[in-house]
Amino acid sequence: MKRLASIAFATAIALFLQGCAGWQSALDPKGPAASELAWLIWFFTGLCAVVWVLVMAALAVPLMMRSRQHAEPLALDAGADSRKLRVVMVAVGLTAVILVGLTLLSFFANRTLAAIGSDAALTIRVTGHQWWWEVRYEDATPSRILTTANEIHIPAGEPVRLLLTSTDVIHSFWVPSLSGKLDLIPGRMNVLDIKADKPGVYRGQCAEFCGAQHANMGTFIIAEPRAKFDAWWNDQLQPAAAPTGDEAKAGENLFLKRPCVMCHKIGGTPAGGTVAPDLTHVASRQTLAAGTLTMSRGNLAAWIADPQGVKPGSHMPVVDLSGDELNAIVAYLEGLK
Amino acid sequence: MRPFVLPLLLASLALAACQREERDTRPQSAFGSGEQPTPVTTLEPGGQRPSPTDNKAASFEANAFHLSEGKRLFGWFNCSGCHANGGGGMGPALMDEKWIYGSSMESIHATIRDGRPNGMPSFRDKIPDDQIWELAAFVRSLSGNAPSSAAPSRNDDMMAHPSENRMPDAATLGKSP
Repeated sequence: MKRLASIAFATAIALFLQGCAGWQSALDPKGPAASELAWLIWFFTGLCAVVWVLVMAALAVPLMMRSRQHAEPLALDAGADSRKLRVVMVAVGLTAVILVGLTLLSFFANRTLAAIGSDAALTIRVTGHQWWWEVRYEDATPSRILTTANEIHIPAGEPVRLLLTSTDVIHSFWVPSLSGKLDLIPGRMNVLDIKADKPGVYRGQCAEFCGAQHANMGTFIIAEPRAKFDAWWNDQLQPAAAPTGDEAKAGENLFLKRPCVMCHKIGGTPAGGTVAPDLTHVASRQTLAAGTLTMSRGNLAAWIADPQGVKPGSHMPVVDLSGDELNAIVAYLEGLK
Repeated sequence: MRPFVLPLLLASLALAACQREERDTRPQSAFGSGEQPTPVTTLEPGGQRPSPTDNKAASFEANAFHLSEGKRLFGWFNCSGCHANGGGGMGPALMDEKWIYGSSMESIHATIRDGRPNGMPSFRDKIPDDQIWELAAFVRSLSGNAPSSAAPSRNDDMMAHPSENRMPDAATLGKSP
């Protein structure tokens, strides 16, 4: 019976710890910054646990001990007093040493984090909006500057510098598997350096409450080998694919005539709005509406037909479209690979 | 019984604070609302568009959410390009009390939707109807026609001097160290 209980307990712990793994976990680090922080978390937790157990024991022991019967309870005992004083002094000294030690550890970890991007070759501007991320790849050649949304492709194994700012309220950029969080503040530029050791997809999340759809403000860091990353950048720089088929052509026409064109940009067409996500290659992204829906024809239609049902309060309005019009626009957007 | 009266009273007073302004982000019907016949003439008796009052007008007028949405769209759609934050430039000023085509929400809505001679373009089909109502409500608030409890405040960058926390540091005289 006892054996069964311990097996059940071990299984429960294993399942519980499984929740710490995955593409969005500070306890499952995939980059140097996150590894540094994870080590710090475990060391702090471990040391504080030891201190807590010692303090509890020190409190429990006198409670358990029987007080000795003195013949003269009020008599002064100089030896006992100095013993107690010594114990308190040692405890105070240890506390000071531990606190100073933890502070120093934290300080040196911070220095390591700051040094990660000192030789970053790639700079990406990340601008927070309610409730999506605008991503702009900087380049010395203006024609190679690239604007996209919500998904940040980076070369694996290379440090990348992120310049964080916001246009409306304070957001916070947090990809737990790669780095700590840093705020995006309107009118101010914050710098965060990240590095992914291996190719993979890491999920990030806005970590500062920013309004109704704060929870649905996700981002994805997609780390790829350098060659694949360069190919991706070159693909994204191309203007949008011309629509093929009558339905998609009608969709492009409708996109340019209806409210879509007021906010969104599609490279290679007159649509040039910059206040909403760039849709030039929208179908090449994995998700819609900042990680709210996976990319598919059905989800595209659902999002356009009723954005206020999918993401209530978002700045995408409900647009009055007939079924045929909706299908045509979706057919067009689906082709924007 | 007596001891429960005071806590009950306090609880009901506290619960009253949970009342929140409604945020209506969906059009009333799937086919839009407030659809009015296309005008055949720009002449309107008394400068007022003779149309039945839309119930949207009343509900958007004193609603802080819709007024601030209108303000956001005013910037997004570059109304300032001609109307310069309401002060007027190429287009007429919006913060004075002169209304060429009437000061009612319906008139402003019609102006945005159908355009007006000598410059104002038509945004029919380009802006969803609800968003036009929000813009109209904001335009009316520019000249003080909205309750101050609901009207959006002035932008930081429009203030006569920067706010206290953005003033240059006296010690460094604004130079960065």
